[in-house]
Amino acid sequence: MLLEVKGLQAGYGQIHVLHGLDFIVEEGGVTALLGANGAGKTTTLRAICGMIRTEGDITLRGERITGRATEDIARRGLAHVPDGRGTFMELSVEENFRLGAYVRSDGEVRSDFERMFEWFPRLKQRWRQQAGTLSGGEQQMLAIARALLLRPKLLLLDEPSFGLAPLIVQEIFGIMRRIRDESGVGILLVEQNANLALELADRAYLLETGRIVVSGPAAEIREDESIRRSYLGY
Amino acid sequence: MDGFAHQIIAGIATGGIYASVALALVMIYQATHHVNFAQGEMATLSTFIAWSMVEAGIPYWLAFLGTVVVSFIIGVLVERLLMRPVQNAPVLTHVGVFIGLLLIVGNMTGWIFGYTTKVFPSPFASSGPLMGGLVSAHELGSTAVTLVVLILVFLFFRYTSLGLAMRAAAYNPRSARLVGIRVGWMLALGWGLAAAIGAVAGMMVAPVVFLDPTMMTGILLYAFAGALIGGIDNPLGAVIGGFAVGVLENLAGAYVVGTELKLTVALAIIIGVLVVRPSGLLGRVVTSRV
Ligand SMILES: Nc1ncnc2c1ncn2[C@@H]1O[C@H](COP(=O)(O)OP(=O)(O)OP(=O)(O)O)[C@@H](O)[C@H]1O
Ligand SMILES: [Mg+2]
Repeated sequence: MLLEVKGLQAGYGQIHVLHGLDFIVEEGGVTALLGANGAGKTTTLRAICGMIRTEGDITLRGERITGRATEDIARRGLAHVPDGRGTFMELSVEENFRLGAYVRSDGEVRSDFERMFEWFPRLKQRWRQQAGTLSGGEQQMLAIARALLLRPKLLLLDEPSFGLAPLIVQEIFGIMRRIRDESGVGILLVEQNANLALELADRAYLLETGRIVVSGPAAEIREDESIRRSYLGY
Repeated sequence: MDGFAHQIIAGIATGGIYASVALALVMIYQATHHVNFAQGEMATLSTFIAWSMVEAGIPYWLAFLGTVVVSFIIGVLVERLLMRPVQNAPVLTHVGVFIGLLLIVGNMTGWIFGYTTKVFPSPFASSGPLMGGLVSAHELGSTAVTLVVLILVFLFFRYTSLGLAMRAAAYNPRSARLVGIRVGWMLALGWGLAAAIGAVAGMMVAPVVFLDPTMMTGILLYAFAGALIGGIDNPLGAVIGGFAVGVLENLAGAYVVGTELKLTVALAIIIGVLVVRPSGLLGRVVTSRV
Protein backbone atom coordinates (compact mmCIF):
# COMPACT_ATOMS: atom_id res chain seq x y z
CA MET A 1 0.00 0.00 0.00
CA LEU A 2 1.36 3.43 -0.96
CA LEU A 3 -0.31 5.52 1.71
CA GLU A 4 -2.34 4.27 4.63
CA VAL A 5 -4.05 6.69 7.01
CA LYS A 6 -5.70 5.51 10.22
CA GLY A 7 -7.55 7.57 12.81
CA LEU A 8 -6.13 10.85 11.51
CA GLN A 9 -6.91 13.79 13.77
CA ALA A 10 -5.60 17.26 13.20
CA GLY A 11 -6.46 20.90 13.76
CA TYR A 12 -5.18 24.38 14.45
CA GLY A 13 -4.47 25.29 18.07
CA GLN A 14 -7.60 24.47 20.05
CA ILE A 15 -9.73 23.88 16.95
CA HIS A 16 -10.23 20.28 15.90
CA VAL A 17 -10.82 19.96 12.18
CA LEU A 18 -10.30 16.28 11.36
CA HIS A 19 -12.08 13.77 13.57
CA GLY A 20 -10.45 10.46 12.77
CA LEU A 21 -10.05 9.77 9.07
CA ASP A 22 -9.28 6.34 7.61
CA PHE A 23 -8.29 6.08 3.98
CA ILE A 24 -5.76 4.63 1.59
CA VAL A 25 -4.02 5.65 -1.61
CA GLU A 26 -2.99 2.84 -3.91
CA GLU A 27 0.20 2.63 -5.97
CA GLY A 28 0.15 4.29 -9.34
CA GLY A 29 -3.42 5.53 -9.34
CA VAL A 30 -5.35 8.68 -8.64
CA THR A 31 -7.39 8.95 -5.46
CA ALA A 32 -9.74 11.89 -5.19
CA LEU A 33 -10.61 13.64 -1.94
CA LEU A 34 -13.77 15.70 -2.36
CA GLY A 35 -15.90 17.86 -0.17
CA ALA A 36 -17.47 21.26 0.30
CA ASN A 37 -15.60 24.40 1.37
CA GLY A 38 -14.25 24.02 4.87
CA ALA A 39 -14.70 20.24 4.96
CA GLY A 40 -11.02 19.76 5.83
CA LYS A 41 -9.44 18.71 2.53
CA THR A 42 -6.53 21.12 2.71
CA THR A 43 -6.10 20.29 6.38
CA THR A 44 -5.84 16.59 5.50
CA LEU A 45 -3.01 17.26 3.04
CA ARG A 46 -1.25 19.52 5.53
CA ALA A 47 -1.51 16.81 8.17
CA ILE A 48 -0.05 14.16 5.85
CA CYS A 49 3.04 16.19 5.13
CA GLY A 50 3.62 17.33 8.68
CA MET A 51 2.75 20.99 8.37
CA ILE A 52 0.36 20.94 11.35
CA ARG A 53 0.02 19.06 14.63
CA THR A 54 -1.32 15.59 13.89
CA GLU A 55 -2.44 12.44 15.66
CA GLY A 56 -3.07 9.01 14.23
CA ASP A 57 -1.13 6.70 11.95
CA ILE A 58 0.15 7.76 8.56
CA THR A 59 2.36 5.27 6.77
CA LEU A 60 4.07 5.76 3.42
CA ARG A 61 4.93 2.37 1.91
CA GLY A 62 4.90 0.88 5.36
CA GLU A 63 7.02 3.55 7.04
CA ARG A 64 5.32 5.65 9.69
CA ILE A 65 5.65 9.37 8.95
CA THR A 66 3.27 10.85 11.53
CA GLY A 67 4.83 13.70 13.47
CA ARG A 68 7.95 13.96 11.34
CA ALA A 69 9.23 17.28 10.02
CA THR A 70 7.92 18.36 6.60
CA GLU A 71 11.40 18.34 5.06
CA ASP A 72 12.00 14.76 6.25
CA ILE A 73 8.67 13.63 4.83
CA ALA A 74 9.56 15.26 1.51
CA ARG A 75 12.90 13.47 1.54
CA ARG A 76 11.02 10.19 1.96
CA GLY A 77 9.30 10.72 -1.36
CA LEU A 78 6.19 12.73 -0.66
CA ALA A 79 5.62 15.81 -2.82
CA HIS A 80 2.93 18.37 -2.12
CA VAL A 81 1.50 21.10 -4.32
CA PRO A 82 -0.26 23.14 -1.61
CA ASP A 83 -3.10 25.57 -2.09
CA GLY A 84 -1.32 28.70 -3.20
CA ARG A 85 0.98 26.43 -5.22
CA GLY A 86 4.23 26.63 -3.28
CA THR A 87 6.38 27.88 -6.13
CA PHE A 88 9.20 30.33 -5.53
CA MET A 89 7.81 33.51 -7.07
CA GLU A 90 11.06 35.49 -6.84
CA LEU A 91 13.08 32.81 -8.60
CA SER A 92 13.24 31.76 -12.24
CA VAL A 93 11.55 28.72 -13.74
CA GLU A 94 14.97 27.10 -13.99
CA GLU A 95 15.71 27.73 -10.32
CA ASN A 96 12.32 26.33 -9.34
CA PHE A 97 13.20 23.19 -11.30
CA ARG A 98 16.57 22.90 -9.59
CA LEU A 99 14.92 23.31 -6.20
CA GLY A 100 12.37 20.63 -7.01
CA ALA A 101 15.23 18.18 -7.47
CA TYR A 102 17.25 19.65 -4.57
CA VAL A 103 17.41 16.50 -2.43
CA ARG A 104 18.17 14.15 -5.29
CA SER A 105 21.67 12.86 -5.86
CA ASP A 106 20.99 10.49 -8.76
CA GLY A 107 22.31 11.45 -12.18
CA GLU A 108 18.95 11.58 -13.89
CA VAL A 109 17.84 15.07 -12.94
CA ARG A 110 18.65 16.46 -16.40
CA SER A 111 16.66 13.78 -18.18
CA ASP A 112 13.76 14.45 -15.80
CA PHE A 113 13.92 18.11 -16.81
CA GLU A 114 13.45 16.96 -20.42
CA ARG A 115 10.51 14.86 -19.35
CA MET A 116 8.89 17.89 -17.72
CA PHE A 117 9.37 19.85 -20.96
CA GLU A 118 7.47 17.11 -22.75
CA TRP A 119 4.58 17.36 -20.34
CA PHE A 120 4.78 21.13 -19.92
CA PRO A 121 6.24 22.56 -23.15
CA ARG A 122 5.23 26.07 -22.09
CA LEU A 123 7.70 25.97 -19.20
CA LYS A 124 10.59 25.42 -21.56
CA GLN A 125 9.74 28.67 -23.33
CA ARG A 126 9.68 30.45 -19.99
CA TRP A 127 12.90 28.92 -18.70
CA ARG A 128 14.64 32.14 -17.56
CA GLN A 129 11.49 34.00 -16.58
CA GLN A 130 10.70 34.88 -12.97
CA ALA A 131 8.01 32.50 -11.69
CA GLY A 132 5.94 35.37 -10.29
CA THR A 133 5.45 36.75 -13.80
CA LEU A 134 3.99 33.54 -15.24
CA SER A 135 0.29 33.27 -15.97
CA GLY A 136 -1.85 31.43 -13.43
CA GLY A 137 -1.97 28.30 -15.55
CA GLU A 138 1.79 28.33 -16.11
CA GLN A 139 2.35 28.77 -12.40
CA GLN A 140 0.21 25.73 -11.66
CA MET A 141 2.18 23.76 -14.25
CA LEU A 142 5.42 24.89 -12.67
CA ALA A 143 4.12 23.86 -9.25
CA ILE A 144 3.31 20.36 -10.50
CA ALA A 145 6.63 20.06 -12.34
CA ARG A 146 8.53 21.24 -9.28
CA ALA A 147 6.78 18.57 -7.19
CA LEU A 148 7.36 15.79 -9.73
CA LEU A 149 11.08 16.61 -9.90
CA LEU A 150 11.39 15.23 -6.39
CA ARG A 151 10.61 11.89 -8.05
CA PRO A 152 8.01 11.30 -5.39
CA LYS A 153 6.28 8.06 -4.55
CA LEU A 154 3.17 10.06 -3.76
CA LEU A 155 2.02 13.43 -5.08
CA LEU A 156 -0.51 15.52 -3.13
CA LEU A 157 -2.37 18.07 -5.24
CA ASP A 158 -4.54 20.74 -3.61
CA GLU A 159 -7.09 22.11 -6.09
CA PRO A 160 -4.95 22.38 -9.22
CA SER A 161 -7.91 23.95 -11.04
CA PHE A 162 -8.34 26.77 -8.55
CA GLY A 163 -8.77 30.19 -10.11
CA LEU A 164 -8.05 29.03 -13.68
CA ALA A 165 -10.09 29.49 -16.84
CA PRO A 166 -11.99 26.35 -17.98
CA LEU A 167 -9.74 25.84 -21.00
CA ILE A 168 -6.59 25.90 -18.88
CA VAL A 169 -8.23 23.52 -16.40
CA GLN A 170 -8.88 21.10 -19.28
CA GLU A 171 -5.25 21.41 -20.35
CA ILE A 172 -3.95 20.72 -16.85
CA PHE A 173 -6.22 17.72 -16.35
CA GLY A 174 -5.07 16.42 -19.72
CA ILE A 175 -1.47 16.65 -18.55
CA MET A 176 -2.37 14.96 -15.26
CA ARG A 177 -3.87 12.08 -17.19
CA ARG A 178 -0.58 11.68 -19.04
CA ILE A 179 1.37 11.85 -15.80
CA ARG A 180 -0.87 9.17 -14.30
CA ASP A 181 -0.35 6.90 -17.30
CA GLU A 182 3.33 7.55 -17.94
CA SER A 183 4.97 8.08 -14.57
CA GLY A 184 3.57 5.54 -12.11
CA VAL A 185 3.44 8.09 -9.30
CA GLY A 186 0.49 7.78 -6.92
CA ILE A 187 -1.68 10.89 -6.73
CA LEU A 188 -3.97 12.14 -3.98
CA LEU A 189 -6.08 14.82 -5.63
CA VAL A 190 -8.16 17.39 -3.76
CA GLU A 191 -10.69 19.12 -5.99
CA GLN A 192 -13.74 21.34 -5.90
CA ASN A 193 -14.56 20.32 -9.43
CA ALA A 194 -15.92 16.85 -8.49
CA ASN A 195 -16.91 15.87 -12.00
CA LEU A 196 -13.42 16.38 -13.42
CA ALA A 197 -11.75 14.73 -10.46
CA LEU A 198 -14.00 11.65 -10.60
CA GLU A 199 -13.23 11.24 -14.29
CA LEU A 200 -9.52 11.08 -13.55
CA ALA A 201 -9.62 9.11 -10.29
CA ASP A 202 -9.86 5.40 -9.54
CA ARG A 203 -11.07 5.83 -6.00
CA ALA A 204 -12.71 8.69 -4.18
CA TYR A 205 -13.46 9.80 -0.64
CA LEU A 206 -16.03 12.34 0.32
CA LEU A 207 -15.28 14.53 3.28
CA GLU A 208 -17.84 16.39 5.37
CA THR A 209 -16.84 18.50 8.38
CA GLY A 210 -13.77 16.45 9.13
CA ARG A 211 -15.27 12.98 8.59
CA ILE A 212 -15.32 10.67 5.61
CA VAL A 213 -18.96 10.10 4.68
CA VAL A 214 -18.66 8.24 1.39
CA SER A 215 -15.91 6.15 -0.13
CA GLY A 216 -15.64 3.84 -3.11
CA PRO A 217 -14.61 3.46 -6.74
CA ALA A 218 -14.77 6.80 -8.53
CA ALA A 219 -16.94 5.43 -11.33
CA GLU A 220 -19.60 4.25 -8.90
CA ILE A 221 -19.72 7.54 -7.05
CA ARG A 222 -20.05 9.35 -10.35
CA GLU A 223 -23.05 7.23 -11.27
CA ASP A 224 -24.77 7.49 -7.91
CA GLU A 225 -27.33 10.23 -8.23
CA SER A 226 -28.19 10.51 -4.55
CA ILE A 227 -24.55 11.05 -3.59
CA ARG A 228 -24.17 13.58 -6.33
CA ARG A 229 -27.27 15.44 -5.19
CA SER A 230 -26.55 15.46 -1.48
CA TYR A 231 -22.79 15.95 -1.45
CA LEU A 232 -21.46 17.10 -4.78
CA GLY A 233 -24.25 19.46 -5.75
CA TYR A 234 -24.65 18.73 -9.43
CA MET B 1 42.83 67.50 -8.14
CA ASP B 2 45.02 64.72 -6.80
CA GLY B 3 43.51 65.36 -3.42
CA PHE B 4 40.05 64.90 -4.85
CA ALA B 5 41.00 61.66 -6.64
CA HIS B 6 42.52 60.39 -3.42
CA GLN B 7 39.37 61.17 -1.48
CA ILE B 8 37.38 59.12 -4.00
CA ILE B 9 39.78 56.17 -3.84
CA ALA B 10 39.91 56.29 -0.05
CA GLY B 11 36.11 56.42 -0.13
CA ILE B 12 35.97 53.31 -2.25
CA ALA B 13 38.30 51.54 0.18
CA THR B 14 36.15 52.31 3.24
CA GLY B 15 33.05 51.87 1.08
CA GLY B 16 34.10 48.26 0.54
CA ILE B 17 34.04 47.77 4.31
CA TYR B 18 30.56 49.28 4.54
CA ALA B 19 29.46 47.21 1.57
CA SER B 20 30.60 43.99 3.27
CA VAL B 21 28.86 44.78 6.54
CA ALA B 22 25.78 45.97 4.63
CA LEU B 23 25.73 42.64 2.80
CA ALA B 24 25.94 40.79 6.12
CA LEU B 25 23.00 42.83 7.43
CA VAL B 26 20.94 42.18 4.30
CA MET B 27 21.62 38.44 4.37
CA ILE B 28 20.19 38.11 7.84
CA TYR B 29 17.39 40.55 7.09
CA GLN B 30 16.27 38.54 4.07
CA ALA B 31 16.08 35.36 6.08
CA THR B 32 14.58 36.74 9.30
CA HIS B 33 13.17 40.20 8.46
CA HIS B 34 15.17 41.61 11.33
CA VAL B 35 18.25 43.81 11.33
CA ASN B 36 21.08 42.30 13.36
CA PHE B 37 22.20 45.31 15.40
CA ALA B 38 24.95 43.15 16.88
CA GLN B 39 26.67 42.56 13.53
CA GLY B 40 29.29 45.22 14.27
CA GLU B 41 30.10 43.90 17.74
CA MET B 42 30.40 40.38 16.37
CA ALA B 43 32.87 41.64 13.75
CA THR B 44 34.87 43.43 16.45
CA LEU B 45 35.09 40.25 18.49
CA SER B 46 36.31 38.43 15.37
CA THR B 47 38.97 41.08 14.80
CA PHE B 48 40.18 40.67 18.38
CA ILE B 49 40.40 36.93 17.81
CA ALA B 50 42.55 37.62 14.75
CA TRP B 51 44.65 40.07 16.77
CA SER B 52 45.36 37.52 19.50
CA MET B 53 46.31 34.93 16.90
CA VAL B 54 48.77 37.34 15.27
CA GLU B 55 50.10 38.29 18.73
CA ALA B 56 50.63 34.58 19.40
CA GLY B 57 52.96 34.49 16.39
CA ILE B 58 50.64 32.90 13.85
CA PRO B 59 51.37 34.18 10.31
CA TYR B 60 48.89 36.85 9.18
CA TRP B 61 47.06 34.98 6.45
CA LEU B 62 46.75 31.85 8.56
CA ALA B 63 45.26 33.95 11.36
CA PHE B 64 42.98 35.56 8.78
CA LEU B 65 41.72 32.18 7.60
CA GLY B 66 41.40 30.85 11.15
CA THR B 67 39.39 33.92 12.15
CA VAL B 68 37.01 33.52 9.23
CA VAL B 69 36.37 29.90 10.21
CA VAL B 70 35.96 30.65 13.93
CA SER B 71 33.63 33.57 13.13
CA PHE B 72 31.53 31.38 10.90
CA ILE B 73 31.14 28.90 13.76
CA ILE B 74 30.28 31.68 16.21
CA GLY B 75 27.61 32.94 13.79
CA VAL B 76 26.09 29.48 13.48
CA LEU B 77 26.10 29.04 17.26
CA VAL B 78 24.46 32.43 17.85
CA GLU B 79 21.61 31.43 15.55
CA ARG B 80 21.22 27.94 17.01
CA LEU B 81 21.43 28.95 20.67
CA LEU B 82 20.01 32.48 20.81
CA MET B 83 17.90 33.17 17.75
CA ARG B 84 16.26 29.83 17.22
CA PRO B 85 14.35 29.78 20.51
CA VAL B 86 12.76 33.17 19.74
CA GLN B 87 12.18 32.71 16.02
CA ASN B 88 8.40 32.88 16.32
CA ALA B 89 8.37 35.53 19.01
CA PRO B 90 7.09 39.07 18.40
CA VAL B 91 9.28 41.78 16.88
CA LEU B 92 10.03 43.44 20.22
CA THR B 93 11.45 40.19 21.57
CA HIS B 94 13.82 40.12 18.62
CA VAL B 95 14.90 43.69 19.17
CA GLY B 96 15.53 42.79 22.81
CA VAL B 97 17.61 39.77 21.89
CA PHE B 98 19.65 41.74 19.35
CA ILE B 99 20.36 44.51 21.84
CA GLY B 100 21.21 41.89 24.45
CA LEU B 101 23.55 40.20 22.00
CA LEU B 102 25.16 43.54 21.17
CA LEU B 103 25.80 44.30 24.85
CA ILE B 104 26.98 40.80 25.69
CA VAL B 105 29.39 40.51 22.78
CA GLY B 106 30.63 44.08 23.23
CA ASN B 107 31.23 43.73 26.96
CA MET B 108 32.73 40.28 26.58
CA THR B 109 35.19 41.64 24.04
CA GLY B 110 36.17 44.46 26.37
CA TRP B 111 36.43 42.14 29.35
CA ILE B 112 38.62 39.59 27.59
CA PHE B 113 40.84 41.91 25.55
CA GLY B 114 40.67 45.17 27.52
CA TYR B 115 39.58 48.64 26.45
CA THR B 116 42.95 50.04 25.43
CA THR B 117 43.33 50.75 21.73
CA LYS B 118 45.48 48.21 19.90
CA VAL B 119 47.43 48.39 16.70
CA PHE B 120 46.24 45.83 14.20
CA PRO B 121 48.66 44.84 11.44
CA SER B 122 47.98 45.28 7.75
CA PRO B 123 49.28 42.56 5.45
CA PHE B 124 49.76 45.20 2.76
CA ALA B 125 51.54 47.90 4.77
CA SER B 126 55.13 47.08 3.83
CA SER B 127 55.41 49.06 0.61
CA GLY B 128 54.70 52.79 0.79
CA PRO B 129 52.16 54.84 -1.20
CA LEU B 130 51.43 53.63 -4.73
CA MET B 131 50.41 55.28 -7.98
CA GLY B 132 52.23 58.50 -7.15
CA GLY B 133 50.79 58.77 -3.64
CA LEU B 134 47.21 58.45 -4.82
CA VAL B 135 46.49 55.33 -2.86
CA SER B 136 48.08 53.48 0.03
CA ALA B 137 49.00 49.82 -0.24
CA HIS B 138 46.48 49.00 2.45
CA GLU B 139 43.66 50.80 0.67
CA LEU B 140 44.42 48.92 -2.51
CA GLY B 141 44.87 45.56 -0.79
CA SER B 142 41.82 45.81 1.43
CA THR B 143 39.66 46.88 -1.51
CA ALA B 144 40.89 43.83 -3.43
CA VAL B 145 40.13 41.52 -0.50
CA THR B 146 36.68 43.05 -0.10
CA LEU B 147 35.93 42.65 -3.79
CA VAL B 148 37.08 39.03 -3.78
CA VAL B 149 34.80 38.30 -0.81
CA LEU B 150 31.82 40.01 -2.45
CA ILE B 151 32.38 38.16 -5.73
CA LEU B 152 32.73 34.81 -3.95
CA VAL B 153 29.51 35.42 -2.04
CA PHE B 154 27.76 36.36 -5.27
CA LEU B 155 29.01 33.24 -7.08
CA PHE B 156 28.02 31.07 -4.12
CA PHE B 157 24.43 32.33 -4.06
CA ARG B 158 24.06 32.46 -7.81
CA TYR B 159 25.57 29.16 -8.91
CA THR B 160 25.73 26.59 -6.11
CA SER B 161 22.74 24.52 -5.13
CA LEU B 162 23.37 25.23 -1.44
CA GLY B 163 23.29 28.95 -2.23
CA LEU B 164 20.06 28.49 -4.13
CA ALA B 165 18.58 26.52 -1.22
CA MET B 166 19.53 29.32 1.18
CA ARG B 167 17.79 31.87 -1.02
CA ALA B 168 14.74 29.63 -1.32
CA ALA B 169 14.58 29.21 2.45
CA ALA B 170 14.76 32.97 2.92
CA TYR B 171 12.12 33.80 0.31
CA ASN B 172 9.64 31.09 1.13
CA PRO B 173 10.36 28.77 4.06
CA ARG B 174 7.14 26.78 3.69
CA SER B 175 7.79 25.89 0.08
CA ALA B 176 11.44 25.24 0.86
CA ARG B 177 10.45 22.58 3.39
CA LEU B 178 8.25 20.95 0.77
CA VAL B 179 11.26 20.35 -1.49
CA GLY B 180 13.21 18.91 1.43
CA ILE B 181 15.38 21.90 2.37
CA ARG B 182 16.33 21.99 6.06
CA VAL B 183 15.27 25.58 6.59
CA GLY B 184 16.57 25.84 10.15
CA TRP B 185 20.08 24.94 9.05
CA MET B 186 19.95 27.32 6.10
CA LEU B 187 19.26 30.12 8.60
CA ALA B 188 22.19 29.06 10.74
CA LEU B 189 24.44 28.93 7.67
CA GLY B 190 23.29 32.44 6.77
CA TRP B 191 24.31 33.68 10.22
CA GLY B 192 27.65 31.92 9.86
CA LEU B 193 28.31 33.49 6.47
CA ALA B 194 27.27 36.94 7.69
CA ALA B 195 29.62 36.63 10.67
CA ALA B 196 32.46 35.50 8.40
CA ILE B 197 31.93 38.45 6.04
CA GLY B 198 31.80 40.80 9.03
CA ALA B 199 35.06 39.32 10.29
CA VAL B 200 36.84 40.09 7.01
CA ALA B 201 35.48 43.64 7.11
CA GLY B 202 36.72 44.03 10.70
CA MET B 203 40.21 42.80 9.86
CA MET B 204 40.42 45.08 6.84
CA VAL B 205 39.31 48.22 8.67
CA ALA B 206 41.17 47.66 11.96
CA PRO B 207 44.60 48.84 10.64
CA VAL B 208 42.96 52.13 9.64
CA VAL B 209 40.78 52.93 12.66
CA PHE B 210 42.75 50.98 15.30
CA LEU B 211 41.26 48.20 17.33
CA ASP B 212 39.11 48.70 20.38
CA PRO B 213 35.79 47.22 21.51
CA THR B 214 33.76 50.04 19.95
CA MET B 215 35.61 49.94 16.63
CA MET B 216 32.62 48.90 14.52
CA THR B 217 29.93 51.10 16.09
CA GLY B 218 30.25 53.90 13.56
CA ILE B 219 30.91 51.50 10.73
CA LEU B 220 27.69 49.64 11.41
CA LEU B 221 25.83 52.92 11.11
CA TYR B 222 27.40 53.65 7.72
CA ALA B 223 26.75 50.09 6.58
CA PHE B 224 23.14 50.37 7.67
CA ALA B 225 22.86 53.61 5.70
CA GLY B 226 24.32 51.81 2.68
CA ALA B 227 21.91 48.91 3.08
CA LEU B 228 18.98 51.31 3.30
CA ILE B 229 20.07 53.19 0.19
CA GLY B 230 20.30 49.95 -1.73
CA GLY B 231 17.12 48.52 -0.24
CA ILE B 232 17.43 46.36 2.84
CA ASP B 233 16.19 43.30 0.94
CA ASN B 234 18.51 43.72 -2.05
CA PRO B 235 22.05 42.31 -1.65
CA LEU B 236 23.50 43.90 -4.77
CA GLY B 237 21.84 47.21 -3.93
CA ALA B 238 23.27 47.08 -0.42
CA VAL B 239 26.78 46.54 -1.78
CA ILE B 240 26.44 49.46 -4.19
CA GLY B 241 24.91 51.51 -1.39
CA GLY B 242 27.84 50.69 0.88
CA PHE B 243 30.37 51.91 -1.69
CA ALA B 244 28.31 55.03 -2.34
CA VAL B 245 28.17 55.88 1.36
CA GLY B 246 31.93 55.38 1.63
CA VAL B 247 32.67 57.83 -1.17
CA LEU B 248 30.05 60.30 0.03
CA GLU B 249 31.33 60.19 3.58
CA ASN B 250 34.90 60.87 2.47
CA LEU B 251 33.98 63.72 0.19
CA ALA B 252 31.68 65.27 2.76
CA GLY B 253 34.34 64.88 5.42
CA ALA B 254 37.05 66.47 3.26
CA TYR B 255 35.15 69.29 1.63
CA VAL B 256 31.85 69.97 3.36
CA VAL B 257 31.41 69.22 7.05
CA GLY B 258 34.90 68.18 8.19
CA THR B 259 35.82 64.90 9.86
CA GLU B 260 34.15 65.82 13.16
CA LEU B 261 30.69 65.73 11.66
CA LYS B 262 31.14 62.78 9.33
CA LEU B 263 28.98 60.44 11.36
CA THR B 264 26.17 62.93 11.11
CA VAL B 265 26.25 62.36 7.36
CA ALA B 266 25.40 58.70 7.88
CA LEU B 267 22.50 59.57 10.18
CA ALA B 268 21.25 62.14 7.71
CA ILE B 269 21.35 59.54 4.92
CA ILE B 270 19.48 56.97 7.04
CA ILE B 271 16.75 59.40 8.03
CA GLY B 272 16.56 60.87 4.54
CA VAL B 273 16.10 57.48 2.88
CA LEU B 274 13.59 56.30 5.47
CA VAL B 275 11.50 59.40 4.94
CA VAL B 276 11.71 59.66 1.17
CA ARG B 277 11.84 56.04 0.00
CA PRO B 278 11.45 53.46 2.75
CA SER B 279 12.09 50.58 0.32
CA GLY B 280 15.48 52.01 -0.62
CA LEU B 281 16.60 53.85 -3.70
CA LEU B 282 17.35 50.56 -5.45
CA GLY B 283 14.67 48.60 -3.57
CA ARG B 284 13.78 45.39 -5.33
CA VAL B 285 10.37 45.38 -6.91
CA VAL B 286 9.01 41.86 -6.98
CA THR B 287 6.82 41.49 -9.99
CA SER B 288 4.03 39.06 -9.36
CA ARG B 289 0.74 38.14 -10.87
CA VAL B 290 -2.19 36.48 -9.20
N1 LIG C 1 -4.66 28.17 9.45
C1 LIG C 1 -5.85 27.91 10.02
N2 LIG C 1 -6.11 28.27 11.28
C2 LIG C 1 -7.28 28.00 11.88
N3 LIG C 1 -8.29 27.34 11.28
C3 LIG C 1 -8.10 26.94 10.01
C4 LIG C 1 -6.88 27.20 9.32
N4 LIG C 1 -6.98 26.68 8.08
C5 LIG C 1 -8.19 26.13 8.00
N5 LIG C 1 -8.89 26.28 9.16
C6 LIG C 1 -10.24 25.78 9.44
O1 LIG C 1 -10.25 24.38 9.23
C7 LIG C 1 -11.44 23.99 8.58
C8 LIG C 1 -11.12 23.18 7.34
O2 LIG C 1 -10.41 24.01 6.45
P1 LIG C 1 -9.72 23.45 5.15
O3 LIG C 1 -8.91 24.55 4.59
O4 LIG C 1 -9.03 22.17 5.45
O5 LIG C 1 -10.98 23.18 4.23
P2 LIG C 1 -11.02 22.76 2.71
O6 LIG C 1 -11.82 21.52 2.64
O7 LIG C 1 -9.67 22.73 2.11
O8 LIG C 1 -11.86 23.95 2.09
P3 LIG C 1 -11.71 24.70 0.68
O9 LIG C 1 -12.44 23.88 -0.31
O10 LIG C 1 -12.38 26.01 0.91
O11 LIG C 1 -10.26 24.84 0.38
C9 LIG C 1 -12.23 25.26 8.29
O12 LIG C 1 -13.23 25.37 9.24
C10 LIG C 1 -11.23 26.36 8.45
O13 LIG C 1 -11.81 27.51 8.97
MG1 LIG D 1 -8.65 23.85 0.65
